[in-house]
Amino acid sequence: MPKKSPSARRNGAALPAWWESRRAEARRRFDELPLPQRKDEDWRFATIEAIRLDEFQPGAKGKTPEAKLLARSQPPFAVAARAVFANDRLVRIEGAEELAKQGVVFEPLATAIEKHPALLQKYFMAHPVDLGAQKFAALHAAHASAGVLIHVPKNVELELPLVSFHWIDAAKTAVYPHTLIVAGENAKVKVVDFLGSTDSKGGGLACGLNDLLVGPGAKVDYVCFQRWGTAVTSFQLNSTRVEKDGEARSLFVNLGAAYARQESRSTLVGGGARSEMLGLSVGNDRQEFDQRTLQCHDVPHTWSDLLYKNALDDRSKSIFKGLIRVAPGAAKTDAYQNNRNLLLNPEAEADSMPGLEILNDDVRCTHGATTGQIDQDQLFYLMARGIDPRTGAQLLAYGFFEEVIDRLPDKKIGEAVRAAVAEKFAAMRPKGKAKVSVRKPAVRAAKASQAKKPPLKGLKKAINVRALQGLAK
Amino acid sequence: MKNTLEIKNLRAGIGGTEILHSLNLTVPKGQVHAIMGKNGSGKSTLAKVMSGHPDYEVTGGDVLLDGESILGLEPDVRARAGLFMAFQYPSEIPGVTIANFLRAALNARRPEGEEVDAVEFYHHLYAKMDLLKIDRSFTSRAVNDGFSGGEKKRNEILQMAMLEPKYAVLDETDSGLDIDALKIVSHGVNSLRGPKLGILVITHYQRLLDYIVPDVVHVMVGGQIVKSGPKELALELEKKGYDWVEKDLVAA
Repeated sequence: MPKKSPSARRNGAALPAWWESRRAEARRRFDELPLPQRKDEDWRFATIEAIRLDEFQPGAKGKTPEAKLLARSQPPFAVAARAVFANDRLVRIEGAEELAKQGVVFEPLATAIEKHPALLQKYFMAHPVDLGAQKFAALHAAHASAGVLIHVPKNVELELPLVSFHWIDAAKTAVYPHTLIVAGENAKVKVVDFLGSTDSKGGGLACGLNDLLVGPGAKVDYVCFQRWGTAVTSFQLNSTRVEKDGEARSLFVNLGAAYARQESRSTLVGGGARSEMLGLSVGNDRQEFDQRTLQCHDVPHTWSDLLYKNALDDRSKSIFKGLIRVAPGAAKTDAYQNNRNLLLNPEAEADSMPGLEILNDDVRCTHGATTGQIDQDQLFYLMARGIDPRTGAQLLAYGFFEEVIDRLPDKKIGEAVRAAVAEKFAAMRPKGKAKVSVRKPAVRAAKASQAKKPPLKGLKKAINVRALQGLAK
Repeated sequence: MKNTLEIKNLRAGIGGTEILHSLNLTVPKGQVHAIMGKNGSGKSTLAKVMSGHPDYEVTGGDVLLDGESILGLEPDVRARAGLFMAFQYPSEIPGVTIANFLRAALNARRPEGEEVDAVEFYHHLYAKMDLLKIDRSFTSRAVNDGFSGGEKKRNEILQMAMLEPKYAVLDETDSGLDIDALKIVSHGVNSLRGPKLGILVITHYQRLLDYIVPDVVHVMVGGQIVKSGPKELALELEKKGYDWVEKDLVAA
């Protein structure tokens, strides 16, 4: 008798018709939408040859014992609730019942379809994901079953964070982590996602999506730790919508994956709405972090502040393309966009394309991008105190990230970010073998107009179109 | 030679121009030596060369720490060997707190896995900070970031106190300090004086030597030590000016 797998459950006839028809529609969209092309503006500089979608299967059985998975799924801070998924299958959920007493929903997506259809019909992927990865958003919609629906009703404030762990726990596995946060009027919630592979060098496909829907006067803090295995292809798509006087803050910590595409969009639809968009990436080997952002100011008196920082070692690469869009009539918009890249190795690469589209006069918008190497005077100063150049360079990189981490109001989550960065640095290269030589500083300005097409690296691999289409079926 | 910092026939410069011409100097442990000299005499070049700054090249001679040459060593290895440089213009390091910086520097001196104990570290750090009249809130401030001139120099001496070097070179530590700050810094340096530490004070002004009283004063002119003598030499130099030594040189 065949074992009952979640994918069988997902594809079974037991699912409600409305959900099934949405999935069918998503599959159609996935088939119709073209694959990214090198010439696409939304994929500029991306090594699209590295995006490999073939050979992955959803819902493969995991190899790690449950107890071990749960032991690895311990956040370094106290939480109000925890959900653990491996290969998109629910391993454990805790804290949901206690939260329910306050009217808070913390429900795995698979069961939320039956328990909270109204919420999902209204909010599930209801807002645009349109920064290039539409095809992958459709792929996500066709497959999403893991992850949680979080609904915090009006006037409920939660102090401790709600966390989810998503593990890739087998070779050739595709996962589709989903986090949907709906915060009612004056509600307050912190949510943290931990994405990881049980094999730190493992591969797989991760196509995740998180939406932050912030009601009037509500506050949502979201942090995502992306620590997939270093051979994973990852998509992490976000759409944030903030209503009047609401506040959203998101931080995407990118440490894992071979290629990680992260799209984040904030739409400010009510006066006094605020969104703070933060990013922190540490790259090594040939990792590529592909970041696309949009700050949409639809109405007057809204504020957004984006700060994405990348530290890149070896031949790793980051791409940042950001846009502030101020709608006609959206006066008194206050918007910032800042991308800063630190090259720990001269062979690392950072491409930055900041942008503004302002259809109103009475606004304050600034954007900027800088790419530089380790400051040699600073490094010398650290060395003159006995600190070896590699540790010194890492210390300077910590300092570089502090501006981002300092923005998190929850100091314990901030400490967890520092620890994750430290862990990544420790794993990067064996101590003592590194060579960060003292050299003349060379600062490279990276502006859209000055950005050059990078040299084509490695062999150009054709995407297996048939396998890709088969995946969505 | 054991228990000495020796500079022997040192020739060094920058960008192909020799600035130090066969410079000789010996600082024994337990003593404070001062180098006085005009701008352009090569004082700061000497400090940079000793610390191993990559912009400077050594063309001859040697620098020996307890009899071992340090010129072939990277700056961090020299520091761990026991040489400390208090810089004239300390770097600002945004985002790195003084506490983290000092811990990294102390851990660099210990074998892996034997990192400094946090409680012990703060106990030690606070004691040194109190001595230097540095507010304890400084530990969580980024290194020199937004510090006043006086704060930066006090921070240099704090590092010296924490790292317990065998030899310390103070490069124009008095520059940019008012009298109050000068007194505090000098008090800090004086409290570190002892048989285990040799100090070389580099200064343009005699004023500092009223507070850090040297055992020996050296006068530097044109990349060489041209005159050495007891502490009274500094006063004589102050009274007669550097021209006096230079004329003396010409006469000799």
